[in-house]
This record gives sequence, C-alpha cells and structure tokens, in this order.
Amino acid sequence: MKEVLKNLDKAFENRIRLGIMSALMVNEEVDFNELKTLLGVTDGNLASHLKNLEKSGYITYKKSFLDRKPNTNYTATKKGKASFVKHINALEQLLH
Amino acid sequence: MKKNYSEDLREIRDIMQRSSRFISLSGLSGVSTGIIALIGAFLAYQIVFKDADFLVYNQVQLSRESLVNLLLIASGTLIVSIGNAIFFTKIKTQPHEQNAWDVASKKLLVNLLIPLASGGILCLLFLWKGFVGVLPSLTLIFYGLALVNGSKYTFSEIRSLGVIQIILGLLAFAFLPYSLHLWALGFGIVQILYGLVIQRKYKS
Repeated sequence: MKEVLKNLDKAFENRIRLGIMSALMVNEEVDFNELKTLLGVTDGNLASHLKNLEKSGYITYKKSFLDRKPNTNYTATKKGKASFVKHINALEQLLH
Repeated sequence: MKKNYSEDLREIRDIMQRSSRFISLSGLSGVSTGIIALIGAFLAYQIVFKDADFLVYNQVQLSRESLVNLLLIASGTLIVSIGNAIFFTKIKTQPHEQNAWDVASKKLLVNLLIPLASGGILCLLFLWKGFVGVLPSLTLIFYGLALVNGSKYTFSEIRSLGVIQIILGLLAFAFLPYSLHLWALGFGIVQILYGLVIQRKYKS
C-alpha cells in the first residue's frame, strides 16, 4: 500500500490539473480557451494551475497569434506523460 | 478516500473522451439528412435527368435552365442538410449543458472539411467543364473520404459508413447510367440506416 501511495503524484491531486493533463494526453496540443471551456474554470484559476504543471516540467507551451490575438498552445512533455501514466496506474491499484 | 480515487478516474475518462471525440452527433440528423437527400435526388431526376438519354450519359448537354435548376437543387439540399445537422446537435447538447463548439467538434469539422471542400471544388470544376455525369460518383467518393477522415473524432461507426460511400461512388462511376440511383442509395438509404443504428446505440 505504501509503495503504491508513493507513486501518486502531488501535481495531479488537484482536479483541474488532472483535467488539463487528461486533455493533453489525448490531444497533441490544446489552447488556453479550449481548456477553459473544457474544464469550466476561470482564466486566473486555469493560468495558475498551468503554471504549476509547467514548473514541474510536465507541460510546455507555444505562444502564437491567431487573428492578431495572442494564443497559447499547451503540450504535455514526455516527463509529464510518464508521470501521468504512473499516477493513473497507482489510482487503479488503490481501487482493486 | 477510495471514492475520491474512482471519481478521479471517471473525471479523467470523461475529459479524455470529451476533448477528443465529438459524441453529440445525433442519429436523427442522419435520418433526416437521408430523407432530404432522397427528395433532392428525386427532384434532380424529375427536372434534369428524366428526359436525358442515359446510354449516352456522358454526352448529355445540359441547357442553361437545367444547369441552374440542378445547382439550385444541389445547394438547397446542402443548406437544408447543414441546418438540420446543426439543429439536431443543438437539441442533443442543450439538456446536458454541453458546449457543442468545443475541441472535439472543431477537430471533427476541420477533418471533414478538408476532403469535402477539395471534392466540392473539383465537382464545381467538372460541372463548369460540362461533365455532369461524374458528379454523383465524385460527391459520394469525397463524402466517404471525409467521413473516414473525420471518424477518428466521433463515433467509430462513421468510418464504415465512409467506406460504403466510397464503394458506392466507385460503382456509380463504373455504372454511369445508374449513378443517380446509387447516389440516392448512399446519401439517402444508407445514411438513414446508419442514423437509426447510431440513434439506438447512443440514445442517452
């Protein structure tokens, strides 16, 4: 049990961060506004969780301009994907 | 504690699905689009093709009036079909308070539109050069390609629907005199059947 708990990632304890990673696992990249509608959160809330994941090295972003408006696209890093898989496996083990 | 973990997993699954597949596609829109297509094919047959000699199909000269009629029928069918698809999607997303215009629906639309728009432009060019006979075949093939391409972003059944349309399109070219019948079969009958299957399977 203790071993399994160690595999749970603190970064994914939060629902919103979990949601962000879920979306980035199945999509190559997702932009800020899409994440916002998908998760139903406010700009500030989403931004802080994105920053948090970015600091852990789990996601990266690319800024561009879309119709002259700034647009930020997020991608999961290899490290982020590996940690997420580990986290899900731990969750599943805890349930069985 | 345990409940929390299973909720986490459910949330993950939900977001993965919502962000990658458009599941608000309504089976009913398939059924009604099929009916609209049948009406369109019937009108086209009555107004444009009825008096044409199908044995020399590829040499049929369309009068200016027939051409205008054909274009009116085609664009009318297209507009009513699109409006109808939007209407049924709205109905299906409203009670769940889902946003129909999300990541997945955008992806589906873009992937449908690439083959569909290129096929549409090609058809207009063929029409412009006077090759009316190839249009039923080409529209079927490109519609099928669009469905196969878009199927990754919605129900997986759409893929086989696309393959059927492609085969019908090729048959329509091989048997030119029957191409309008095959068009009605593909866009009409097959589409209605698939609409019913999807409606039954994903009712909720």
